[in-house]
Amino acid sequence: MIKSLYRIHAILFKELMQLKRDRMTFAMVIMIPLVQLVLFGYAINTNVRHIPVAVVDHSQSGISRVLLQTVAATQVVTFRHYFNDIKQAQQALEQGKVRAIFIIPADLSKRIVRHPSVGFGLPASSDEETSRPIAQWLVDGSDTMIAAAIKGLRNMPLAELLSKPANRATTTFEVTLFYNPEQRTAVNIVPGLVGIILTMTMIMFTSAAIVREREHGNMEMLITTPIRPIELMLGKIIPYIFIGLIQVSIILGIGYSIFNVPINGGLASLLCITLLFIAATLTLGLVISTIATNQLQSMQMTIFVLLPSILLSGFMFPYEGMPEIAQYIAEALPATHFMRLVRGVVLRDVVFTEMLSDVYWLSLFTVAGLILASIRFRKNLD
Amino acid sequence: MIRTNNQDYVIQAKALSRRFGNLKAIDNLDLNVDKNRIYGFLGPNGCGKTTAIRMLTGLLKPTSGSIKILGLTLPRDAEKLRLKMGYMTQKFSLYNDLTIKENLQFIAKIYGIAGVAQKTRIDELLSIYALNQKQSQLASSMSGGQRQRLALAAATLHRPDLLFLDEPTSAVDPENRREFWEQLFDLCDQGTTILVSTHYMDEAERCHKLAILENGIKRADDTPQQLMKNIAAHVVEIEAEGLRHLKQQLANLPEIISAAQLGARLRVLVKDSVSQPIEFLSHSSAIASNKISIVRPSLEDVFITCTGETGQ
Repeated sequence: MIKSLYRIHAILFKELMQLKRDRMTFAMVIMIPLVQLVLFGYAINTNVRHIPVAVVDHSQSGISRVLLQTVAATQVVTFRHYFNDIKQAQQALEQGKVRAIFIIPADLSKRIVRHPSVGFGLPASSDEETSRPIAQWLVDGSDTMIAAAIKGLRNMPLAELLSKPANRATTTFEVTLFYNPEQRTAVNIVPGLVGIILTMTMIMFTSAAIVREREHGNMEMLITTPIRPIELMLGKIIPYIFIGLIQVSIILGIGYSIFNVPINGGLASLLCITLLFIAATLTLGLVISTIATNQLQSMQMTIFVLLPSILLSGFMFPYEGMPEIAQYIAEALPATHFMRLVRGVVLRDVVFTEMLSDVYWLSLFTVAGLILASIRFRKNLD
Repeated sequence: MIRTNNQDYVIQAKALSRRFGNLKAIDNLDLNVDKNRIYGFLGPNGCGKTTAIRMLTGLLKPTSGSIKILGLTLPRDAEKLRLKMGYMTQKFSLYNDLTIKENLQFIAKIYGIAGVAQKTRIDELLSIYALNQKQSQLASSMSGGQRQRLALAAATLHRPDLLFLDEPTSAVDPENRREFWEQLFDLCDQGTTILVSTHYMDEAERCHKLAILENGIKRADDTPQQLMKNIAAHVVEIEAEGLRHLKQQLANLPEIISAAQLGARLRVLVKDSVSQPIEFLSHSSAIASNKISIVRPSLEDVFITCTGETGQ
C-alpha cells in the first residue's frame, strides 16, 4: 500500500515536472478559459437587437412616419433601406441585406382607426371582419431567433402612436423573473462555460498525456516496471484535478468581476460538484487514451464528445426543448448533469445534496469509467 | 541471487512461437541461457529479435510454447519477474523533458527505492556511467552515447538479476560502444545475466553465447568461437583484377554461398560439400591458385552461411 502510494507520487511528480516545462500546455490551461469566457460572455446574446429591415411605405403619411419611429424605438429592428416597391424589398431580403420587410399599406389611417387597441370605433371594430392588422412584416424565417424577435412585435401597443394617455391593458398573466431578472445572457452562459471548458481541457489533457507516453515509447519502459495500471492512471489524473480547479476559479472569478455573474451558492457545494465533474471527465479522457493510438486520434475523440456537450447539454439551448432522443443522448453526457448542478448552485443557491440524481449519475460515470479504463489498459503489447 | 530450480538456466524457453496474423514472427524457438553470461541475439532487422525479447519480458504473450525465467513461469508470473529484471528498449524510452537525475529519481521511486538508499544508488550510477557533470541536463539535449548510458543506468537501478537489452548500441559511435560493452561485462561480473540483441558482428562476437535468428527461426546457437570453428563453408579470398565481374560470375554457381568484395580481394564462401575449394575456384574462375587462399572464418561468414539459404 505504501509502495503503491509511492509509485502514484512518482508519476504525479513527474507529470508536474513535465507540465512545468511544457510552456505551451501551461499557457493553454490559463488562456483557454480566459479567451473563451470573454468570447462567449460578450458574443453570445440571445436578446436579439437591431435586426436590419427594409421599409415599403405605401401610405407616405405623417402617421406612417410616427409608426416607423415607434417601431424603431423598440430597438428590436433598425430600418436600413426604404423602397417604394415590394419587389425591390424582396430582392434585398434575398440578398441578405435585410432580415425582414415592413410593409405599410396605403390605408394605414383607416386601419388604425378601426384597430381595437385604439378603441375609437364602434364595438364592432374588434370584430375581425372590420378590424385588420395595420401593417405587415415579411420575415426571413430561417433564423428562428430573429423570427421570434419580430413575432414579438406582433402585439406591440399602439397607444404611444396616438399620444393617448397610457391606457395599458391588463396582462393576462403576471410574470416575475427569478435569478436573472435583467435577462442577461452572461448569467446563464458563464456557469455553463465551466462545464464546456472542463469537458474540453480535462478530456484532452488526460487522453493526450497517456497517449503521448505510448507515442514516445515511454509506455514500453513503464509497463516493464512494477507499476500497476490503476496507480499509473491515478498519478496521471491528480495533477489535472488541480488544473481543472484553477480553470474553474478563472472562469467564475472573471465572470463575477467582468460580467457580474453572481455566485449565490455555497463554495463547498460548488467545490464538490466541480470535483465530481472533473473526475467524470478525467476518466472519460482515460478511456479515450486506452483506445487512441496517437495524439491526433485522441484529439478527434475529444471533439467527438465535446460537440454534443456544447450543443445538447443545455449550455446553448434548453434541454427541455430538445426531442426525446436528443434528451437521451444528453442524459448520457456528464456535461448535461454538471450544467444543471452548476447553474443550480451558482444561480439558484441549491445545495448539491438537493440534486442527487445528477450527483449519482456523475459518480456512476466516474466509477464505470475508471473500471473500464483499468480493464482496457493492459500491461502488455498484445 | 536467485537459484533456478535444478538447472542453472536463467532463461529457458521451449518451442516458443508467436504469430501476428499470418506472419510467424517467432517460430519454434528453443532457448537456454546460463547464469552470469551475456547471451546475444544476432539477426537482421525484422528477424524477430524484439518480438522474442518482448515475450521473454512478459510484454507479449506467446502463441505457443513455454517460458521459464528465474524460476518463474511466463506469462503467468510476469508481475513478479518485473522486480528482478531490467529492460532497455530499442528506442530511448525515458523522458526527454526530464533531467538525467529526475529520470533516475522517477525510476527509483517506481521501484520503491527511497531516501538515503535512493540517493546513494543514484550517485553511484551517475559516477559509474560518467553522468555526474550532466545530471541537471535535460535528456533531450544529450548525445546518443550519454542517453544510452542513462538508459542502462535506469535499467539496472534496482540491481536486477537479469537484464534485457534490445539493440542497445544502434545510435552510438564505436568508442562509446566499446565502453558500453566494458560496462556490460562489469555488470555480468557482479552476477547479472544479460540478453542482448544486435545486428553488429563485432558486438555479437563479444557475447559468451550467441543465437543467430532469421525470419523468426533460430539458425545457430553456440559460442562465437564454436560457431566460427564449425562453419559449414570454406572461406576463401581471391586476389585479382576485375573483381566485380568475377563476383557476378561466381555468384551464379550453386556451390558458392556468397561472394563479397573487400578492397582488392574477393571473399568467397564455398559450400563445404566442395572438398577442394581452391582447385574448384581456380578452375571455375580461371585464376591461378596461388592467388587464392583459405582464410579464418569470421562471425559474418557464419552469419551469411547460416542465413544464406533463404536470404540473397
